Amino acid sequence: MGENLFVGMAKGLRTWLESNHFLPIVTDVFLMLLAVVGVLGFLFLNALFLIYYDRKFGAWVQARLGPNRVGPRGIFQTVADTLKLFAKEIFIPNNVDRWPYLLAPVLIFTIPVMLFLVIPFGKGMVPYDLNLGVLYLVAVTSVETIVLWMAGWSSNNKYSLLGAMRSVAQMLSYEMPVIFAMLSVVMMAGSMKLSDIVAAQQKVWFIFLQPVGFLIYFIAVNAEFKRTPFDLVEGESEIISGPYTEYSGMNFALFFLAEYTNFMIGAIMVTTLFLGGWNAPFGWTFIPSWLWFIIKMYFVITLYMWTRWTFLRIRIDQMLNFAWKFLLPVSLVNIFVTGVGLYLYRMIRW
Amino acid sequence: MLKTQEISINVGPQHPSTHGVFRIVLKLDGETIVDAEPVVGYLHRGIEKLAEDRTYTQVIPYTDRMDYLGAMSYNLGYVQAIEKLMGIEVPERAEFIRVIATELSRIASHHVFLASMCLDMGSYTGWMYPFRDRELVLELLEMLTGSRMTFSFMRIGGVADDLPEGFIEKTKQYLPKILEGVDEEEGLIAGNEIFIARTKGLATVSVEKALAWGWGGANLRASGYKFDLRKNRPYSVYDRFEFDIPTGANGDCWDRFYLRLAEIRQSVKIIEQALEMIPEGPIMAKVPKVIKPPVGEVYHEVEAPKGILGYYVVSDGSTKPYRMHVRRPSFINIGMLKELLIGTKLADFITIFASIDVVLGDVDC
Repeated sequence: MGENLFVGMAKGLRTWLESNHFLPIVTDVFLMLLAVVGVLGFLFLNALFLIYYDRKFGAWVQARLGPNRVGPRGIFQTVADTLKLFAKEIFIPNNVDRWPYLLAPVLIFTIPVMLFLVIPFGKGMVPYDLNLGVLYLVAVTSVETIVLWMAGWSSNNKYSLLGAMRSVAQMLSYEMPVIFAMLSVVMMAGSMKLSDIVAAQQKVWFIFLQPVGFLIYFIAVNAEFKRTPFDLVEGESEIISGPYTEYSGMNFALFFLAEYTNFMIGAIMVTTLFLGGWNAPFGWTFIPSWLWFIIKMYFVITLYMWTRWTFLRIRIDQMLNFAWKFLLPVSLVNIFVTGVGLYLYRMIRW
Repeated sequence: MLKTQEISINVGPQHPSTHGVFRIVLKLDGETIVDAEPVVGYLHRGIEKLAEDRTYTQVIPYTDRMDYLGAMSYNLGYVQAIEKLMGIEVPERAEFIRVIATELSRIASHHVFLASMCLDMGSYTGWMYPFRDRELVLELLEMLTGSRMTFSFMRIGGVADDLPEGFIEKTKQYLPKILEGVDEEEGLIAGNEIFIARTKGLATVSVEKALAWGWGGANLRASGYKFDLRKNRPYSVYDRFEFDIPTGANGDCWDRFYLRLAEIRQSVKIIEQALEMIPEGPIMAKVPKVIKPPVGEVYHEVEAPKGILGYYVVSDGSTKPYRMHVRRPSFINIGMLKELLIGTKLADFITIFASIDVVLGDVDC
């Protein structure tokens, strides 16, 4: 039950539209728009819930209560916060570079939305199954640096500039281990298509075949999406709020939401690449695949939150050293070992 | 060759981690600090001058407002200076109550130090735990003095109030919890790899340098110099208690942090003993209604949570001090800041600033 809920709905809709003799192009566009709305809804709802969940989890770690006034157990706190930010004035300081300044919050939110294009949410639930899904993920993620740089540079604030410089340094350094860790997975699966990677994990998840790769990826993704201990870009106690310093109102809210969606994407990528995506463990297929996907995603998110609320911020030189002198060599060795292992495996098999 | 440029940024007076209204102008080469210019005075209220226009008793509330985190030591230092000037003998029970209150206040101050250092380094959880424990201490202090931060509890010749009913039991019940909290904090923060990497070897201060800059208290002891006024020149009844003086080895940020953890344990030890030994008796000495110290001057030092606190009071025989000067430990501590900063990273500035433990009310007075 439920397995084909969304797929079935889409199929039914398509049949209904076709039977009513709409033009094929109208049907396609309509369904595409529906998918976009679905993805956006998923994204917004989850981001809203995530902020609440993060605050509650943080409260639990820190022996306090967390939001508990708006709605039952404070569940509507983020909604109230967002509405408040909607109502706030979007204040534009003097001497900012107007266009990049206003464009940055919009663009920052498009990136995570674009990333959802290739994510396999469940069996047969991929918005667009790109051949080079992994490459697409890497490429689009790194665009974020440009947007943060736009925000940092155009704000005409030295703290923003420092934050933007940090974000560039951080992205450049951690992109490498991320790519190499992904590469080890691609080598195992033999494909860059995300649905193929998920399919290859039907029997054994890659976390068991690639434990080192998993750890590298887990850490590097955390750094790429700037979560504690790698939250240098925001670095509240040092550079106020980094590139976001000069933003207010909804512009700020967009940055904030983008941060949480990025966080979600990080968890989704870990799930897809290493935790078997929507595959059910132990053959427990009575829970639909998309639900498995969400369960695993939230499991990874919880791990990240645990890290976040336990660790403190790393220093910039230590962060760079860690990427270039530790993660990168280890990931290269990992690729080498993976290659040798795969070669030997094939030799023995044949 | 790319053209590079140093940027100067203005940190504070409104900044999340300058512990109040401290301002510093940093010159940065990338992330490295090449020059620093601290600017103090944003919280200057002229307490020393105000004291000249108040009677001796009326000055007591002003002493609270210098280091509002560990205010009890400031009360103690002031009243002891006046008692020294007037030759007042304080009853035993009052001395014990003073010790208990001062040590509780010291624990609270150290809690804030631990918490704010963690927060400044990006650990929000490290901030919450000491504050949870500080709540216990503040509860006790509130029970004793009726106030959580600015106590004005000491009087010239004794203390304002006797121990309230149930105070000893409650304190005995809370002290183990405070110790537990210290252990927890040690496990959470002091054992953290990133914390160690960021603090070990940072801003090392040698004993000679610390002495040359007039550092005292925990900052000096972190460099490995065993000097504590409570032991070396005992005042009040501190000579009756058994406690150790923890010292550091290198005088880096790590030592300065770790020493505070150790000092909380020692303070708990002192309070435990004081609760056992406290005698019955009056809490106020026979003090004239109008306090008129003889003509003369006095200097008295006590061990405040942040270092050596000294009161210099000149009396002209009237009801008001002719001149009062306070040697505020935070002001002394902050002197070396510029020297420590040069060559470090921007993030280190925050760590170093937190580790030398200043409170701006005390810097500017």
